[in-house]
Amino acid sequence: MGTMVEITDLRKDFGSIVAVDGVTFSVGQGEVLGFLGPNGAGKSTTMKMITGFLTPTSGSAKICGHDILEHPLEAKKRIGYLPEGAPAYQDMTPAAYLTFIGEMRGLGGQDLQKRVADTVEKVNLQSVLGQPIETLSKGFKRRLGLAQAILHDPEVLILDEPTDGLDPNQKHEVRTLIRTMAPEKAIILSTHILEEVQAVCTRAMIIANGKVVTDGTPADLEGQSPNHNTVVLTVRGGDVYAIQAQLVKIDGVSKVEELGQDGELRQFRVFPDQGRWIIADVGQCAREQQWEVAELHVDRGQLDEVFRSLTAPKQALT
Amino acid sequence: MGRIQVILKRELAGYFATPIAGVFIVIFLLLSGAFTFYLGNFFVRGQADLIPFFDFHPWLYLVLIPAIAMRLWAEERKEGTIEMLLTLPVTIWEVVAGKFLAAWVFTGIALALTFPMWITVNILGNPDNGVIAASYIGSLLMAGGFLAIGSCMSALTKNQVIAFILSVVVGLGFILSGFPMILNLFSGWTPHFILDTVSSFSFLTHFHSISKGVLDLRDIFFFLTLIAFWLFATATIIDMKKAE
Repeated sequence: MGTMVEITDLRKDFGSIVAVDGVTFSVGQGEVLGFLGPNGAGKSTTMKMITGFLTPTSGSAKICGHDILEHPLEAKKRIGYLPEGAPAYQDMTPAAYLTFIGEMRGLGGQDLQKRVADTVEKVNLQSVLGQPIETLSKGFKRRLGLAQAILHDPEVLILDEPTDGLDPNQKHEVRTLIRTMAPEKAIILSTHILEEVQAVCTRAMIIANGKVVTDGTPADLEGQSPNHNTVVLTVRGGDVYAIQAQLVKIDGVSKVEELGQDGELRQFRVFPDQGRWIIADVGQCAREQQWEVAELHVDRGQLDEVFRSLTAPKQALT
Repeated sequence: MGRIQVILKRELAGYFATPIAGVFIVIFLLLSGAFTFYLGNFFVRGQADLIPFFDFHPWLYLVLIPAIAMRLWAEERKEGTIEMLLTLPVTIWEVVAGKFLAAWVFTGIALALTFPMWITVNILGNPDNGVIAASYIGSLLMAGGFLAIGSCMSALTKNQVIAFILSVVVGLGFILSGFPMILNLFSGWTPHFILDTVSSFSFLTHFHSISKGVLDLRDIFFFLTLIAFWLFATATIIDMKKAE
Protein backbone atom coordinates (compact mmCIF):
# COMPACT_ATOMS: atom_id res chain seq x y z
CA MET A 1 0.00 0.00 0.00
CA GLY A 2 2.98 2.27 0.39
CA THR A 3 2.84 5.68 2.00
CA MET A 4 -0.05 6.19 4.38
CA VAL A 5 0.95 9.34 6.19
CA GLU A 6 2.61 12.13 4.30
CA ILE A 7 3.71 15.22 6.16
CA THR A 8 5.09 18.14 4.20
CA ASP A 9 6.83 21.11 5.77
CA LEU A 10 4.45 21.24 8.70
CA ARG A 11 4.75 24.32 10.84
CA LYS A 12 2.89 25.69 13.85
CA ASP A 13 3.40 29.05 15.51
CA PHE A 14 1.80 30.01 18.79
CA GLY A 15 2.20 33.76 18.71
CA SER A 16 5.94 34.34 18.49
CA ILE A 17 6.79 30.81 19.61
CA VAL A 18 7.54 28.32 16.86
CA ALA A 19 6.32 24.99 18.21
CA VAL A 20 6.85 22.94 15.07
CA ASP A 21 9.31 24.26 12.52
CA GLY A 22 9.01 22.69 9.08
CA VAL A 23 8.68 18.97 9.75
CA THR A 24 8.62 16.69 6.71
CA PHE A 25 8.36 12.91 6.72
CA SER A 26 6.22 10.04 5.54
CA VAL A 27 5.21 6.76 7.07
CA GLY A 28 4.34 3.63 5.12
CA GLN A 29 2.33 0.55 5.92
CA GLY A 30 4.11 -1.73 8.37
CA GLU A 31 6.21 1.06 9.79
CA VAL A 32 6.18 1.99 13.47
CA LEU A 33 7.64 5.44 13.80
CA GLY A 34 8.76 6.54 17.25
CA PHE A 35 8.81 10.25 18.05
CA LEU A 36 11.46 11.02 20.59
CA GLY A 37 12.31 14.34 22.06
CA PRO A 38 12.41 16.39 25.22
CA ASN A 39 9.22 17.81 26.68
CA GLY A 40 8.01 20.75 24.64
CA ALA A 41 9.94 19.65 21.55
CA GLY A 42 6.80 19.68 19.41
CA LYS A 43 5.91 15.98 19.36
CA SER A 44 2.36 16.41 20.64
CA THR A 45 1.76 19.51 18.56
CA THR A 46 2.82 17.60 15.44
CA MET A 47 0.41 14.79 16.32
CA LYS A 48 -2.40 17.26 16.97
CA MET A 49 -1.90 18.69 13.50
CA ILE A 50 -1.79 15.29 11.80
CA THR A 51 -5.04 14.28 13.49
CA GLY A 52 -6.75 17.53 12.54
CA PHE A 53 -7.15 18.96 16.02
CA LEU A 54 -4.83 21.88 15.39
CA THR A 55 -4.68 23.81 12.16
CA PRO A 56 -1.09 24.12 10.94
CA THR A 57 0.30 27.59 10.33
CA SER A 58 1.60 26.17 7.06
CA GLY A 59 2.37 22.86 5.43
CA SER A 60 0.17 19.86 4.91
CA ALA A 61 -0.66 16.43 6.28
CA LYS A 62 -2.14 13.70 4.10
CA ILE A 63 -3.68 10.54 5.51
CA CYS A 64 -4.01 7.80 2.88
CA GLY A 65 -4.06 10.53 0.26
CA HIS A 66 -6.69 12.68 2.01
CA ASP A 67 -5.53 16.10 3.08
CA ILE A 68 -6.50 16.71 6.71
CA LEU A 69 -7.48 20.31 5.96
CA GLU A 70 -9.28 19.78 2.67
CA HIS A 71 -11.07 16.51 3.46
CA PRO A 72 -11.00 16.31 7.23
CA LEU A 73 -13.77 13.73 7.59
CA GLU A 74 -12.22 11.29 5.10
CA ALA A 75 -8.83 11.66 6.74
CA LYS A 76 -10.14 11.39 10.30
CA LYS A 77 -12.06 8.20 9.49
CA ARG A 78 -8.75 6.50 8.78
CA ILE A 79 -7.02 7.61 11.96
CA GLY A 80 -7.12 6.12 15.42
CA TYR A 81 -5.78 8.64 17.92
CA LEU A 82 -4.77 8.40 21.52
CA PRO A 83 -4.32 11.99 22.72
CA GLU A 84 -1.82 12.91 25.41
CA GLY A 85 -3.12 11.89 28.83
CA ALA A 86 -5.79 9.60 27.33
CA PRO A 87 -8.77 11.87 28.03
CA ALA A 88 -12.23 10.28 28.35
CA TYR A 89 -15.63 11.24 29.72
CA GLN A 90 -15.23 10.55 33.42
CA ASP A 91 -18.88 9.89 34.23
CA MET A 92 -19.29 7.20 31.56
CA THR A 93 -18.43 3.52 31.85
CA PRO A 94 -15.84 2.06 29.46
CA ALA A 95 -18.63 0.05 27.79
CA ALA A 96 -20.78 3.14 27.16
CA TYR A 97 -17.75 5.17 26.12
CA LEU A 98 -16.57 2.66 23.53
CA THR A 99 -20.10 2.34 22.18
CA PHE A 100 -20.27 6.13 21.87
CA ILE A 101 -16.95 6.28 20.00
CA GLY A 102 -18.07 3.43 17.72
CA GLU A 103 -21.35 5.15 16.91
CA MET A 104 -19.53 8.40 16.19
CA ARG A 105 -17.42 6.44 13.73
CA GLY A 106 -20.54 5.18 12.01
CA LEU A 107 -20.54 1.68 13.45
CA GLY A 108 -23.72 0.11 14.77
CA GLY A 109 -25.66 -3.00 15.61
CA GLN A 110 -23.91 -6.34 15.87
CA ASP A 111 -20.77 -5.14 14.13
CA LEU A 112 -20.28 -2.51 16.82
CA GLN A 113 -20.95 -4.96 19.65
CA LYS A 114 -18.48 -7.42 18.21
CA ARG A 115 -15.80 -4.81 17.73
CA VAL A 116 -16.25 -3.48 21.26
CA ALA A 117 -16.00 -7.02 22.64
CA ASP A 118 -12.90 -7.82 20.56
CA THR A 119 -11.16 -4.58 21.45
CA VAL A 120 -11.95 -4.93 25.13
CA GLU A 121 -10.34 -8.34 25.05
CA LYS A 122 -7.27 -7.07 23.20
CA VAL A 123 -6.51 -4.46 25.85
CA ASN A 124 -7.80 -6.43 28.84
CA LEU A 125 -10.59 -4.18 30.00
CA GLN A 126 -13.18 -6.88 30.78
CA SER A 127 -12.98 -6.46 34.53
CA VAL A 128 -13.84 -2.75 34.58
CA LEU A 129 -16.39 -2.44 31.77
CA GLY A 130 -19.20 -1.34 34.07
CA GLN A 131 -17.29 1.02 36.35
CA PRO A 132 -17.34 4.80 35.91
CA ILE A 133 -14.14 5.86 34.15
CA GLU A 134 -13.29 8.32 36.94
CA THR A 135 -12.80 5.38 39.33
CA LEU A 136 -10.33 3.57 37.07
CA SER A 137 -6.59 3.41 37.67
CA LYS A 138 -4.21 5.23 35.36
CA GLY A 139 -3.30 1.97 33.63
CA PHE A 140 -6.92 1.14 32.81
CA LYS A 141 -7.57 4.68 31.59
CA ARG A 142 -4.59 4.47 29.26
CA ARG A 143 -5.75 1.11 27.91
CA LEU A 144 -9.25 2.50 27.41
CA GLY A 145 -7.70 5.32 25.40
CA LEU A 146 -5.89 2.74 23.31
CA ALA A 147 -9.12 0.75 22.91
CA GLN A 148 -11.03 3.71 21.49
CA ALA A 149 -8.15 4.39 19.08
CA ILE A 150 -8.12 0.87 17.60
CA LEU A 151 -11.89 0.22 17.81
CA HIS A 152 -12.58 0.89 14.14
CA ASP A 153 -9.41 -0.89 12.96
CA PRO A 154 -7.91 2.28 11.43
CA GLU A 155 -5.21 2.29 8.80
CA VAL A 156 -3.23 4.91 10.68
CA LEU A 157 -2.63 4.87 14.43
CA ILE A 158 -1.33 7.93 16.25
CA LEU A 159 -0.49 7.29 19.86
CA ASP A 160 0.77 10.02 22.17
CA GLU A 161 2.69 8.26 24.93
CA PRO A 162 0.74 4.99 24.82
CA THR A 163 2.56 3.34 27.72
CA ASP A 164 2.79 6.31 30.07
CA GLY A 165 1.59 5.33 33.53
CA LEU A 166 1.57 1.59 32.88
CA ASP A 167 3.45 -0.92 35.00
CA PRO A 168 6.15 -3.08 33.35
CA ASN A 169 3.72 -5.96 32.63
CA GLN A 170 1.15 -3.66 31.08
CA LYS A 171 3.86 -1.90 29.07
CA HIS A 172 4.92 -5.25 27.70
CA GLU A 173 1.31 -6.12 26.76
CA VAL A 174 0.74 -2.81 25.00
CA ARG A 175 4.02 -3.14 23.08
CA THR A 176 3.09 -6.64 22.02
CA LEU A 177 -0.30 -5.35 20.88
CA ILE A 178 1.35 -2.58 18.87
CA ARG A 179 3.74 -5.06 17.24
CA THR A 180 0.86 -7.38 16.35
CA MET A 181 -1.07 -4.59 14.65
CA ALA A 182 1.98 -3.09 12.96
CA PRO A 183 2.09 -5.08 9.67
CA GLU A 184 -1.24 -3.73 8.34
CA LYS A 185 -0.99 -0.22 9.68
CA ALA A 186 1.15 2.86 9.77
CA ILE A 187 1.80 3.71 13.40
CA ILE A 188 3.25 6.86 14.90
CA LEU A 189 3.90 6.91 18.62
CA SER A 190 5.64 9.32 20.90
CA THR A 191 7.56 8.32 23.96
CA HIS A 192 10.15 9.38 26.48
CA ILE A 193 11.18 5.81 27.04
CA LEU A 194 14.10 4.93 24.84
CA GLU A 195 13.85 1.20 25.38
CA GLU A 196 10.36 1.43 23.93
CA VAL A 197 11.82 2.64 20.67
CA GLN A 198 14.10 -0.38 20.57
CA ALA A 199 11.21 -2.65 21.55
CA VAL A 200 8.54 -1.61 19.06
CA CYS A 201 9.72 0.93 16.53
CA THR A 202 11.04 0.20 13.08
CA ARG A 203 12.10 3.78 12.79
CA ALA A 204 12.93 6.53 15.23
CA MET A 205 12.87 10.26 14.86
CA ILE A 206 14.30 12.68 17.37
CA ILE A 207 12.61 16.06 17.49
CA ALA A 208 14.07 19.03 19.29
CA ASN A 209 12.86 22.62 19.20
CA GLY A 210 10.27 21.78 16.59
CA LYS A 211 12.77 20.32 14.11
CA VAL A 212 13.62 16.78 13.11
CA VAL A 213 17.16 16.27 14.35
CA THR A 214 17.63 12.72 13.22
CA ASP A 215 15.58 10.06 11.47
CA GLY A 216 16.58 6.44 11.08
CA THR A 217 16.21 2.92 12.40
CA PRO A 218 16.85 2.40 16.11
CA ALA A 219 20.09 0.69 15.06
CA ASP A 220 21.15 3.76 13.06
CA LEU A 221 20.59 5.85 16.14
CA GLU A 222 22.63 3.52 18.28
CA GLY A 223 25.35 3.79 15.66
CA GLN A 224 25.57 7.50 16.42
CA SER A 225 26.50 6.73 19.98
CA PRO A 226 30.17 7.34 20.76
CA ASN A 227 30.23 3.94 22.48
CA HIS A 228 28.77 2.09 19.50
CA ASN A 229 30.56 -1.26 18.93
CA THR A 230 33.04 -0.67 21.71
CA VAL A 231 34.06 -3.74 23.68
CA VAL A 232 33.68 -3.75 27.43
CA LEU A 233 36.07 -6.06 29.22
CA THR A 234 36.07 -6.87 32.92
CA VAL A 235 39.08 -8.66 34.34
CA ARG A 236 39.66 -10.07 37.81
CA GLY A 237 43.03 -9.06 39.25
CA GLY A 238 46.11 -7.92 37.34
CA ASP A 239 47.80 -4.61 36.84
CA VAL A 240 45.63 -1.94 35.25
CA TYR A 241 48.41 -0.30 33.29
CA ALA A 242 49.81 -3.57 31.99
CA ILE A 243 46.41 -4.69 30.79
CA GLN A 244 45.73 -1.35 29.15
CA ALA A 245 49.11 -1.50 27.40
CA GLN A 246 48.35 -4.95 26.00
CA LEU A 247 44.90 -3.95 24.79
CA VAL A 248 46.15 -0.94 22.86
CA LYS A 249 48.56 -3.15 20.94
CA ILE A 250 45.72 -5.18 19.39
CA ASP A 251 45.29 -4.50 15.67
CA GLY A 252 42.19 -2.38 15.03
CA VAL A 253 42.01 -0.83 18.48
CA SER A 254 42.09 2.94 18.52
CA LYS A 255 41.99 3.62 22.23
CA VAL A 256 41.36 2.05 25.63
CA GLU A 257 39.58 3.67 28.51
CA GLU A 258 39.63 2.47 32.08
CA LEU A 259 36.07 2.47 33.36
CA GLY A 260 36.92 1.79 36.98
CA GLN A 261 37.85 -0.70 39.64
CA ASP A 262 35.59 -2.53 42.03
CA GLY A 263 37.66 -4.58 44.48
CA GLU A 264 39.39 -7.21 42.36
CA LEU A 265 37.56 -6.25 39.21
CA ARG A 266 38.99 -3.86 36.62
CA GLN A 267 36.79 -2.68 33.78
CA PHE A 268 37.92 -1.31 30.41
CA ARG A 269 36.24 0.04 27.34
CA VAL A 270 38.07 -0.74 24.09
CA PHE A 271 37.33 1.50 21.14
CA PRO A 272 37.75 0.03 17.66
CA ASP A 273 39.02 1.81 14.57
CA GLN A 274 36.21 2.95 12.30
CA GLY A 275 34.14 -0.04 11.18
CA ARG A 276 36.29 -2.73 12.84
CA TRP A 277 34.82 -5.64 14.81
CA ILE A 278 37.27 -6.36 17.58
CA ILE A 279 35.64 -8.54 20.22
CA ALA A 280 37.31 -11.72 18.90
CA ASP A 281 40.72 -10.08 18.99
CA VAL A 282 40.17 -8.79 22.50
CA GLY A 283 39.07 -12.27 23.59
CA GLN A 284 42.13 -13.86 22.04
CA CYS A 285 44.40 -11.34 23.70
CA ALA A 286 42.83 -12.11 27.05
CA ARG A 287 43.41 -15.84 26.58
CA GLU A 288 47.02 -15.32 25.52
CA GLN A 289 47.67 -13.10 28.52
CA GLN A 290 45.77 -15.55 30.78
CA TRP A 291 43.64 -12.80 32.29
CA GLU A 292 40.78 -14.02 34.41
CA VAL A 293 37.90 -12.59 32.34
CA ALA A 294 34.74 -11.83 34.34
CA GLU A 295 32.81 -10.21 31.50
CA LEU A 296 33.28 -9.45 27.84
CA HIS A 297 30.67 -7.88 25.62
CA VAL A 298 30.07 -5.50 22.73
CA ASP A 299 28.31 -2.28 23.66
CA ARG A 300 25.71 -1.45 21.00
CA GLY A 301 25.64 2.13 22.21
CA GLN A 302 22.98 3.70 24.34
CA LEU A 303 20.07 5.51 22.73
CA ASP A 304 19.89 7.91 25.62
CA GLU A 305 23.46 9.05 24.96
CA VAL A 306 22.48 9.84 21.40
CA PHE A 307 19.30 11.46 22.63
CA ARG A 308 21.21 13.67 25.04
CA SER A 309 23.91 14.61 22.60
CA LEU A 310 21.32 15.60 19.99
CA THR A 311 18.87 17.44 22.20
CA ALA A 312 20.67 18.65 25.30
CA PRO A 313 22.91 21.47 23.98
CA LYS A 314 20.01 23.24 22.34
CA GLN A 315 17.90 22.76 25.43
CA ALA A 316 20.60 24.41 27.51
CA LEU A 317 20.31 27.58 25.45
CA THR A 318 16.63 28.09 26.10
CA MET B 1 -28.09 7.24 13.58
CA GLY B 2 -26.63 10.59 12.63
CA ARG B 3 -23.66 11.98 14.50
CA ILE B 4 -25.71 14.86 15.95
CA GLN B 5 -28.06 12.28 17.45
CA VAL B 6 -25.16 10.24 18.84
CA ILE B 7 -23.79 13.33 20.58
CA LEU B 8 -27.26 14.34 21.76
CA LYS B 9 -27.83 10.90 23.23
CA ARG B 10 -24.50 10.84 25.05
CA GLU B 11 -24.87 14.35 26.44
CA LEU B 12 -28.40 13.73 27.60
CA ALA B 13 -27.37 10.49 29.29
CA GLY B 14 -24.57 12.52 30.89
CA TYR B 15 -27.08 14.81 32.62
CA PHE B 16 -28.86 11.84 34.11
CA ALA B 17 -25.65 9.96 35.02
CA THR B 18 -24.73 12.79 37.38
CA PRO B 19 -26.77 14.55 40.06
CA ILE B 20 -27.13 17.53 37.72
CA ALA B 21 -30.42 16.32 36.27
CA GLY B 22 -32.06 15.65 39.62
CA VAL B 23 -30.85 18.83 41.27
CA PHE B 24 -31.79 21.01 38.32
CA ILE B 25 -35.26 19.57 37.85
CA VAL B 26 -36.14 19.62 41.56
CA ILE B 27 -34.92 23.19 42.03
CA PHE B 28 -36.64 24.34 38.86
CA LEU B 29 -39.96 22.82 39.90
CA LEU B 30 -39.69 24.07 43.49
CA LEU B 31 -38.80 27.61 42.49
CA SER B 32 -41.33 27.87 39.71
CA GLY B 33 -44.02 26.64 42.12
CA ALA B 34 -42.95 28.92 44.93
CA PHE B 35 -42.79 31.96 42.68
CA THR B 36 -46.19 31.24 41.21
CA PHE B 37 -48.01 30.74 44.48
CA TYR B 38 -46.24 33.18 46.78
CA LEU B 39 -44.85 35.99 44.67
CA GLY B 40 -47.33 35.60 41.83
CA ASN B 41 -50.39 35.44 44.09
CA PHE B 42 -51.84 32.65 42.01
CA PHE B 43 -54.85 32.16 44.30
CA VAL B 44 -55.47 35.74 45.34
CA ARG B 45 -55.78 36.84 41.72
CA GLY B 46 -58.70 34.50 41.29
CA GLN B 47 -58.03 34.08 37.58
CA ALA B 48 -57.72 30.81 35.73
CA ASP B 49 -54.51 31.38 33.83
CA LEU B 50 -50.81 30.67 34.19
CA ILE B 51 -49.55 34.23 33.82
CA PRO B 52 -48.00 34.31 37.31
CA PHE B 53 -46.26 31.02 36.46
CA PHE B 54 -44.77 32.08 33.13
CA ASP B 55 -43.93 35.61 34.28
CA PHE B 56 -41.12 34.27 36.42
CA HIS B 57 -39.59 32.05 33.77
CA PRO B 58 -37.14 34.64 32.38
CA TRP B 59 -35.73 35.16 35.87
CA LEU B 60 -35.57 31.47 36.67
CA TYR B 61 -33.83 30.78 33.39
CA LEU B 62 -31.45 33.66 33.94
CA VAL B 63 -29.93 31.84 36.91
CA LEU B 64 -30.63 28.17 36.23
CA ILE B 65 -29.86 27.85 32.52
CA PRO B 66 -26.28 29.10 32.85
CA ALA B 67 -25.81 26.33 35.41
CA ILE B 68 -26.72 23.81 32.72
CA ALA B 69 -24.81 25.51 29.94
CA MET B 70 -21.59 26.31 31.80
CA ARG B 71 -20.23 22.78 31.48
CA LEU B 72 -20.99 22.35 27.79
CA TRP B 73 -17.54 23.34 26.59
CA ALA B 74 -15.59 24.42 29.65
CA GLU B 75 -15.56 20.87 30.94
CA GLU B 76 -14.52 19.40 27.60
CA ARG B 77 -11.59 21.76 27.44
CA LYS B 78 -10.58 21.28 31.03
CA GLU B 79 -10.67 17.47 30.80
CA GLY B 80 -9.03 17.43 27.37
CA THR B 81 -11.90 15.37 25.93
CA ILE B 82 -12.42 18.08 23.33
CA GLU B 83 -9.33 16.71 21.59
CA MET B 84 -10.95 13.27 21.44
CA LEU B 85 -14.23 14.66 20.25
CA LEU B 86 -12.88 16.92 17.52
CA THR B 87 -10.53 14.33 16.07
CA LEU B 88 -13.45 11.97 15.46
CA PRO B 89 -14.89 12.17 11.94
CA VAL B 90 -17.35 14.90 12.86
CA THR B 91 -17.71 18.58 11.95
CA ILE B 92 -17.61 21.26 14.58
CA TRP B 93 -21.19 22.23 13.63
CA GLU B 94 -22.47 18.77 14.42
CA VAL B 95 -20.80 18.84 17.82
CA VAL B 96 -22.07 22.33 18.66
CA ALA B 97 -25.59 21.44 17.54
CA GLY B 98 -25.62 18.06 19.30
CA LYS B 99 -24.51 19.50 22.59
CA PHE B 100 -26.92 22.42 22.39
CA LEU B 101 -29.86 20.19 21.46
CA ALA B 102 -29.13 17.84 24.36
CA ALA B 103 -29.22 20.76 26.79
CA TRP B 104 -32.38 22.07 25.15
CA VAL B 105 -34.12 18.71 25.31
CA PHE B 106 -33.12 18.50 28.94
CA THR B 107 -34.65 21.89 29.79
CA GLY B 108 -37.67 20.82 27.76
CA ILE B 109 -38.04 17.80 30.04
CA ALA B 110 -37.81 20.03 33.12
CA LEU B 111 -40.39 22.38 31.61
CA ALA B 112 -42.70 19.50 30.71
CA LEU B 113 -42.59 18.32 34.30
CA THR B 114 -44.42 21.48 35.34
CA PHE B 115 -47.59 19.90 33.89
CA PRO B 116 -49.26 19.63 37.34
CA MET B 117 -49.49 23.41 37.19
CA TRP B 118 -51.50 23.15 34.00
CA ILE B 119 -53.72 20.42 35.48
CA THR B 120 -54.28 22.50 38.61
CA VAL B 121 -55.44 25.53 36.70
CA ASN B 122 -57.74 23.37 34.59
CA ILE B 123 -59.31 21.85 37.68
CA LEU B 124 -59.77 25.21 39.35
CA GLY B 125 -61.25 27.01 36.39
CA ASN B 126 -61.55 27.31 32.67
CA PRO B 127 -58.27 28.67 31.32
CA ASP B 128 -57.53 29.41 27.70
CA ASN B 129 -55.40 26.35 26.93
CA GLY B 130 -54.28 27.85 23.62
CA VAL B 131 -52.61 30.69 25.49
CA ILE B 132 -50.99 28.21 27.86
CA ALA B 133 -49.68 26.11 24.96
CA ALA B 134 -48.28 29.22 23.28
CA SER B 135 -46.66 30.24 26.57
CA TYR B 136 -44.99 26.87 26.89
CA ILE B 137 -43.61 27.17 23.36
CA GLY B 138 -42.45 30.71 24.10
CA SER B 139 -40.82 29.58 27.32
CA LEU B 140 -38.99 26.75 25.55
CA LEU B 141 -37.77 29.13 22.84
CA MET B 142 -36.54 31.55 25.46
CA ALA B 143 -34.76 28.73 27.29
CA GLY B 144 -33.05 27.94 23.97
CA GLY B 145 -31.91 31.55 23.73
CA PHE B 146 -30.40 31.47 27.21
CA LEU B 147 -28.76 28.11 26.45
CA ALA B 148 -27.20 29.33 23.23
CA ILE B 149 -25.73 32.31 25.09
CA GLY B 150 -24.50 29.95 27.81
CA SER B 151 -22.95 27.64 25.22
CA CYS B 152 -20.97 30.52 23.78
CA MET B 153 -19.81 31.75 27.20
CA SER B 154 -18.78 28.21 28.09
CA ALA B 155 -16.71 28.05 24.92
CA LEU B 156 -14.79 31.12 26.05
CA THR B 157 -13.22 29.60 29.15
CA LYS B 158 -12.07 26.42 30.84
CA ASN B 159 -13.49 27.70 34.08
CA GLN B 160 -17.12 26.82 34.67
CA VAL B 161 -17.63 29.53 37.29
CA ILE B 162 -16.50 32.21 34.88
CA ALA B 163 -18.75 30.69 32.20
CA PHE B 164 -21.67 30.84 34.63
CA ILE B 165 -21.12 34.48 35.57
CA LEU B 166 -20.63 35.61 31.98
CA SER B 167 -23.82 33.83 30.93
CA VAL B 168 -25.84 35.46 33.70
CA VAL B 169 -24.52 38.89 32.80
CA VAL B 170 -25.18 38.55 29.07
CA GLY B 171 -28.56 36.97 29.75
CA LEU B 172 -29.44 39.84 32.07
CA GLY B 173 -28.61 42.26 29.29
CA PHE B 174 -31.05 40.47 27.01
CA ILE B 175 -33.78 40.56 29.64
CA LEU B 176 -33.27 44.14 30.71
CA SER B 177 -33.04 45.65 27.26
CA GLY B 178 -36.85 45.79 27.27
CA PHE B 179 -37.12 47.46 30.64
CA PRO B 180 -38.09 51.12 30.89
CA MET B 181 -35.17 51.61 33.27
CA ILE B 182 -32.72 50.69 30.53
CA LEU B 183 -34.72 52.21 27.70
CA ASN B 184 -34.86 55.53 29.55
CA LEU B 185 -31.10 55.68 29.34
CA PHE B 186 -31.43 55.76 25.58
CA SER B 187 -34.63 57.72 25.10
CA GLY B 188 -34.49 61.43 24.52
CA TRP B 189 -31.05 61.55 23.01
CA THR B 190 -31.01 58.66 20.58
CA PRO B 191 -33.06 58.28 17.43
CA HIS B 192 -36.15 56.16 17.72
CA PHE B 193 -34.85 53.30 15.66
CA ILE B 194 -31.99 52.68 18.11
CA LEU B 195 -34.46 52.61 20.95
CA ASP B 196 -36.55 50.14 18.98
CA THR B 197 -33.53 48.03 18.17
CA VAL B 198 -32.49 47.84 21.81
CA SER B 199 -35.93 46.90 22.99
CA SER B 200 -36.38 44.47 20.12
CA PHE B 201 -33.54 42.41 21.55
CA SER B 202 -35.36 41.93 24.80
CA PHE B 203 -36.33 38.42 25.72
CA LEU B 204 -39.16 39.89 27.77
CA THR B 205 -40.77 41.75 24.88
CA HIS B 206 -40.82 38.66 22.69
CA PHE B 207 -41.72 36.25 25.43
CA HIS B 208 -44.60 38.42 26.64
CA SER B 209 -46.05 38.78 23.20
CA ILE B 210 -45.94 34.99 22.75
CA SER B 211 -47.34 34.31 26.20
CA LYS B 212 -50.33 36.52 25.44
CA GLY B 213 -51.26 33.72 23.10
CA VAL B 214 -50.08 35.38 19.92
CA LEU B 215 -47.60 33.04 18.24
CA ASP B 216 -46.22 35.71 15.95
CA LEU B 217 -43.70 34.37 13.45
CA ARG B 218 -41.50 37.38 14.15
CA ASP B 219 -41.12 36.40 17.80
CA ILE B 220 -40.35 32.80 16.91
CA PHE B 221 -37.94 34.01 14.27
CA PHE B 222 -36.29 36.28 16.83
CA PHE B 223 -35.48 33.42 19.19
CA LEU B 224 -34.40 31.05 16.43
CA THR B 225 -32.09 33.64 14.88
CA LEU B 226 -30.69 34.46 18.27
CA ILE B 227 -29.96 30.78 18.92
CA ALA B 228 -28.34 30.39 15.49
CA PHE B 229 -26.20 33.47 16.07
CA TRP B 230 -24.88 32.35 19.46
CA LEU B 231 -24.23 28.82 18.22
CA PHE B 232 -22.34 30.21 15.26
CA ALA B 233 -20.29 32.27 17.72
CA THR B 234 -19.74 29.13 19.81
CA ALA B 235 -18.36 27.19 16.84
CA THR B 236 -16.10 30.09 15.86
CA ILE B 237 -14.72 30.47 19.37
CA ILE B 238 -14.17 26.73 19.78
CA ASP B 239 -12.33 26.60 16.50
CA MET B 240 -10.08 29.46 17.58
CA LYS B 241 -9.49 28.49 21.18
CA LYS B 242 -9.67 24.70 21.24
CA ALA B 243 -5.97 24.27 21.71
CA GLU B 244 -5.58 26.54 24.71
